[in-house]
Amino acid sequence: MGVDRREFLKIAGYAALFGLGGKAAIDILAPGQLEAAMEGVPLTEATRWSMVIRMRNCLEKVEKDGCKECISACHRVHNVPDWGNPKHEIKWIWKEAYQNSFPNHPNEFIDEGINDKPFILLCNHCLNPPCVRVCPTKATFKRPDGIVAMDMHRCIGCRFCMAGCPYGSRSFNWGSPRKAPKELNPDFPTNRDFPERSKGVVEKCNFCVELVAKGQLPVCVETCDKIKVHALNFGDLDDPESNVRRLLRKHYSVRRKPALGTEPNIFYII
Amino acid sequence: MLEKALKGKQGYWGWLIFLLVLMGIGFLCYLYQFREGLIVTGMSRDVSWGFYIGQLTYFVGIAAGGVMVVLPYYIHDYKAFGKITILGEFLAISAVLMCFLFVFVDLGNPVRVLNVMMYPTPNSILFWDMIVLNIYMLLNLVIGWNVLTAERKNVPYQKWVKVLIYIAIPWAFSIHTVTAFLYQGLPGRHFWLTAILAARFLASAFASGPALLILICLIVRKVTNFDPGTQQIRTLGGIVAYAMILNVFFCLLELFTAFYSGIPGHQHTWVYFFAGYEGYGRFVPWMWVSAVFAFISLVLLIIPATRRNLDTLGVGCAAVIIATWIDKGLGLVVGGFIPNPFDKVTEYWPTAPEMFISVGVWATGFFVLTILYKIATSVKEEVGA
Repeated sequence: MGVDRREFLKIAGYAALFGLGGKAAIDILAPGQLEAAMEGVPLTEATRWSMVIRMRNCLEKVEKDGCKECISACHRVHNVPDWGNPKHEIKWIWKEAYQNSFPNHPNEFIDEGINDKPFILLCNHCLNPPCVRVCPTKATFKRPDGIVAMDMHRCIGCRFCMAGCPYGSRSFNWGSPRKAPKELNPDFPTNRDFPERSKGVVEKCNFCVELVAKGQLPVCVETCDKIKVHALNFGDLDDPESNVRRLLRKHYSVRRKPALGTEPNIFYII
Repeated sequence: MLEKALKGKQGYWGWLIFLLVLMGIGFLCYLYQFREGLIVTGMSRDVSWGFYIGQLTYFVGIAAGGVMVVLPYYIHDYKAFGKITILGEFLAISAVLMCFLFVFVDLGNPVRVLNVMMYPTPNSILFWDMIVLNIYMLLNLVIGWNVLTAERKNVPYQKWVKVLIYIAIPWAFSIHTVTAFLYQGLPGRHFWLTAILAARFLASAFASGPALLILICLIVRKVTNFDPGTQQIRTLGGIVAYAMILNVFFCLLELFTAFYSGIPGHQHTWVYFFAGYEGYGRFVPWMWVSAVFAFISLVLLIIPATRRNLDTLGVGCAAVIIATWIDKGLGLVVGGFIPNPFDKVTEYWPTAPEMFISVGVWATGFFVLTILYKIATSVKEEVGA
């Protein structure tokens, strides 16, 4: 921790005494501390984080017991509000039928009734993300490690990114998120790993950037591994020997709406 | 000159008070929205822009349309428009004001609006939209005010004003082009992803802007001693006719590409608009009304006798405004979101608070318009007398 509350108040008190203000005060009275606190999440080693989803593993488990462990884990960790109304739903990772997930691949004669099978969807962390292109404040941005991140404290709520995203991966806080959590995270609303957002901002899957920075796996992946399904595989696409590259070499995979040129980094092995 | 706005008849004050009441109701509803969030509107995660952004788009068109009285006068030296250029400029000012307000009320986090300037982002079209609209507003304020002051003092306006006028003319085209670029560069929204969108926007702007101006001119000649002139109104009628023909033509081009190519994504929104899609059809009656009024307006504007008769011209212009408003202010924005990226339909309809806030914004625009026109017509009456 850089500057805690007590220390901040102390500095603010001295600053008022000396007539100093803002960042300058902290720089003089606690040199270097603020920079440490403002650094944010450190960057990770990879240059193109991606996910390969083995749908057969996932569907097998879902058919057995209606598994949605990854979804509940993610939404719990990130304090994702639940309004109980699909119009205001906030989704980081969710299930959608195959035919709706891949509307550009219509095939009514596809086998095993796959059209209605639930697929796991999340932000595609595109290589060429339209949401980043259209954001007027750089509140959403592409990190050098490939993660499309979102600063919910800079977002003005213009929702241009929601119009820009061709995958429906972005959700808006139509009301105050404090009013709608289903299952309270013990730290709510001041979860240290994931600070609270206000109403009127856009949010989405952040590939658990706060965990990846510490060398851990995203919560959804970790959860899936814990129940030994191993459907979600997280790795660096730029590393030819990574787990994801090995999977993609061995199996035929598809991505959502590749013709749009967004270069999604989520792959599906069907 | 502002003192001119303080002297008026009973009707003038009554109209202003009426608008103030609407503004007050709108403001109260906005406070409610500010507290609760945009959840009080009809928008959803699937239709994430609605009535507000539709109105923004429509009034950028009205603002750009004002140039259709300025351009013939300064570029083609069409002298008759000299006495009404000010009406076009003042209409543009109040229309741009409405645009600003409609963007503002649409923001989820309005207190952070200055982030757009604090973190300038040239790759975002919204950044450029802010720039072109602000400069257009400024140009029209400076030009309008200087030209009117010079007219009142019976001296020619200064030379630098003329430079600004020549900048303002292409600038009018730019504001609506940039507004179209908000939509037409987004992958995966087939309804918007069409190169002709900016051209269609301009055509509908140059139909609806002058059409509104004609209606206002007809009102001005009734309630003031300033007559914008029958010849002027008729020439504007010709401009509306050409622009509306182009507007409908461009729309038919869209239909050809969508339906001859047979690509489903290009057809869905059109099917949703005119026949209903997957059992949803809330916009069907509206879009047919728009089509019928577009047809009526074309008939009244193309036949020379009805175009020259000011009464039927007025009806034709009202038809143009209804048709283009439904098309651009209501359908265009919502249509881009239907169906959603999962090929499902979530319908949209504005809620009561959303409508009251919009009425409040309109009232604010017309309040400013009334005051500006009061000043302009008073100066014209003074000079003419």
